[in-house]
Amino acid sequence: MISIDTIQSTAETLMDHAAIDIPQDYLDGLRAAAKVEDGDLSSFVLHAMLENYEAAKQDRRAMCGDTGCPRWYVKMANEAQIEGGPVALEEALRRATADATHNIPLRPNRVHPLWRTDHDNNVGINAPEIEFGFEPEGDWIDLTTVHKGGLFGTDYRMLFPSDGIQGIKRFFLDSLVAFGKRGLACQPAIIGIGLGGSKDTCMVLGKRAACLRVVGDRNPDPKIAALEEEFKELGNSIGMGAMGFVGKSMVIDCHIEVGYCHTGGMQMSVHAFCLSSRRACARIHGDGRVVFRTDPNWFTPYQRRETVAWQAPTDQAASA
Amino acid sequence: MASTDGPSRIRLSTNPTPEALAALKLGDVVYLDGVLYTGREGVYMRAIEERVPLPLDLPRESAANFHCSPAATQRDDGSFNMGAVTATASFRFSKWINDWFEISGARIIIGKGGMSPEDYKTKFVPHGAIYLTTVGYGTGALLGRGIKQVKGLYWREELGLAQAMWVIEAENMGPFLVASDMYGNCLFERENAKVAAGLAEVYKGTKPAVLKRFGETDDRTDELI
Repeated sequence: MISIDTIQSTAETLMDHAAIDIPQDYLDGLRAAAKVEDGDLSSFVLHAMLENYEAAKQDRRAMCGDTGCPRWYVKMANEAQIEGGPVALEEALRRATADATHNIPLRPNRVHPLWRTDHDNNVGINAPEIEFGFEPEGDWIDLTTVHKGGLFGTDYRMLFPSDGIQGIKRFFLDSLVAFGKRGLACQPAIIGIGLGGSKDTCMVLGKRAACLRVVGDRNPDPKIAALEEEFKELGNSIGMGAMGFVGKSMVIDCHIEVGYCHTGGMQMSVHAFCLSSRRACARIHGDGRVVFRTDPNWFTPYQRRETVAWQAPTDQAASA
Repeated sequence: MASTDGPSRIRLSTNPTPEALAALKLGDVVYLDGVLYTGREGVYMRAIEERVPLPLDLPRESAANFHCSPAATQRDDGSFNMGAVTATASFRFSKWINDWFEISGARIIIGKGGMSPEDYKTKFVPHGAIYLTTVGYGTGALLGRGIKQVKGLYWREELGLAQAMWVIEAENMGPFLVASDMYGNCLFERENAKVAAGLAEVYKGTKPAVLKRFGETDDRTDELI
């Protein structure tokens, strides 16, 4: 049985890590981009960002004043038992979000869309989002918080099979060019692309592709992996860098996730996980041990399964 | 290749002389000293549309308006805890900015991503104002370091923490980049034009989507197929 106190204290620590400590994979990706960036202004911006990550760590203050929208991803292994059940779990995550907003502090961004009611704690109707996933083996739960920034940089479009790869490419470029100007997407970013599913699934997949996969990770389908590489290069060849200045760093990495869709359609969504790619993760084991990490490892073989019944692959562990 | 110690750093007062503003060029790196205040849609609507008198004496106290909501909180004892500071996108405030210049006498607008070239020419230049953009845009921790103290918080109850008017004393706060100068030149327009030159080549081989969307045609009577 995993105690609810452990869940809440772990969640508060995760809020702190996400807001302050840039994940190593993104940092390495940005450093690599800064090395090859030769646009004067773009290069200045990238170096300022690297300095900013250091300042955040040294001062233990949030790396970005815009907290974005803190959200939670909860992965439960099949045998996991939570004290108080899922309702207690959701309350603990909502409380951790509110407490961390006050204590770190974070910007209280969440308001009612019409009445602009502000509880000053990033909690409200349907906020923070708490999404669940499951894994076949184990008694642990994984908590991941993502502080997703950006009112800009995301788009959705219903494409069709006849649009093909060239149509996908064009919408990818459209999204980057549209939101890259003036740097509204806060690039260079991890670009997540959702393909297929239904409209909502497509958005969820694209957002998760951006936020829950680390820089350098590749889709297990070799042809999709090749597309990820190609789109990364394509995005960086637009001629645009940080803040929309002349440069070559738009995309730190590109991740694509797919879902089976209606036979007549080919839904596509594009998401940008910004210069402050804030995510932090921890596994709470059944015996109470807590192990922190920055790779959510969300997209396991189980999450991408195609068949009716789950069959563990023989060449690797079934669960993450 | 430029780096943070590459371009020259200019220290600028938040109550600048016209000469100091006139000396700034597009892309200059600026650090601010003095008092500045946050103000965005909440403040603009209250001051301009609801005509509520300003809670402080502007521009005497400050001529620098920051489009920002800080990551900050007020402790139980009334003191402030301000962590990171990051701008919010300024183009959304276009409809209020001219009236705001009239009311506030602001001469430095600080924000994210600048405003339109037309806004600079028709609203900024007549008021002798320039635009500074934050960098990145996520240098919240660096900007947070430039805050010497929070001098006041106004309209907190009416507007909430994020939209309230925070009055901040800054010391060597930056970096910012000059995105519009005293003559209304626009840094982002200049960069957009350079990027535009290569776009046709990047799009080569792609084709328009089978199903179009409004916006891809300006005629709302058009079919989208």
